[in-house]
Amino acid sequence: MRVTVKLFARLRDIAGSSELARDVTPGATIGSVWRELANEYPELANYERSISSAVNADYAKMDRVLSDGDEVAFLPPVSGG
Amino acid sequence: MTGPLLAIGPEPLDLQRIAGAFGSGDGRDGAVVTFLGLVRNHNAGRSVRYLEYEAYEPLAVKAFERIAAEIRDHWPSATLALHHRIGRLEIGDASIAIAARSPHRGDAYAACRYAIERVKQIAPIWKREFFEGGDIWIEGATADPDDARAKAEAERLACA
Repeated sequence: MRVTVKLFARLRDIAGSSELARDVTPGATIGSVWRELANEYPELANYERSISSAVNADYAKMDRVLSDGDEVAFLPPVSGG
Repeated sequence: MTGPLLAIGPEPLDLQRIAGAFGSGDGRDGAVVTFLGLVRNHNAGRSVRYLEYEAYEPLAVKAFERIAAEIRDHWPSATLALHHRIGRLEIGDASIAIAARSPHRGDAYAACRYAIERVKQIAPIWKREFFEGGDIWIEGATADPDDARAKAEAERLACA
């Protein structure tokens, strides 16, 4: 199955793209997608403990199991206002 | 003029528009407190040239809705309007406009302060600072809307 990964701010700069498509196996979680990305882009690993994540534009925890077509977002620490 | 109570987009912000988002009301409210956040020309010893804001817009609107719901829980008579701007902002531009309205001033002041603290904690919005000599993504709080300690800190500041 396939998911879309959205990256923001510095995470996007590191990966060089704001949106990536990734094939994942059934049972994949937000965390497993993150670990694969961090292997691909080692600088992302610096954010291991400070990122937040969302699925289909709702906050979700890293152990959330993904479905085909889900949009997964990784959010570095925020700085709005 | 009325517009949406909660919004994010590239349009310039102003106090009249945020206060006008409530409409004329039913006469029960005696206070509106407003807050504008402006782009400052200095930060952490750097001379700031301009800022670029980006957001995960659909989640940002949900974060604003969550903040409005938290305010209804804590200050049931208060109503919130909150607009955040994104894109390139120059020094002195408003990046966020907040208005809180309630029957009495105390709740309106508290709700307005609470809203800006919570935006900084949980809204998926980022600013990139372009200063003399470079640029940097500003990274503040880890966005976790369920973090009870952060929420309690926002409540403490709101009621200080």
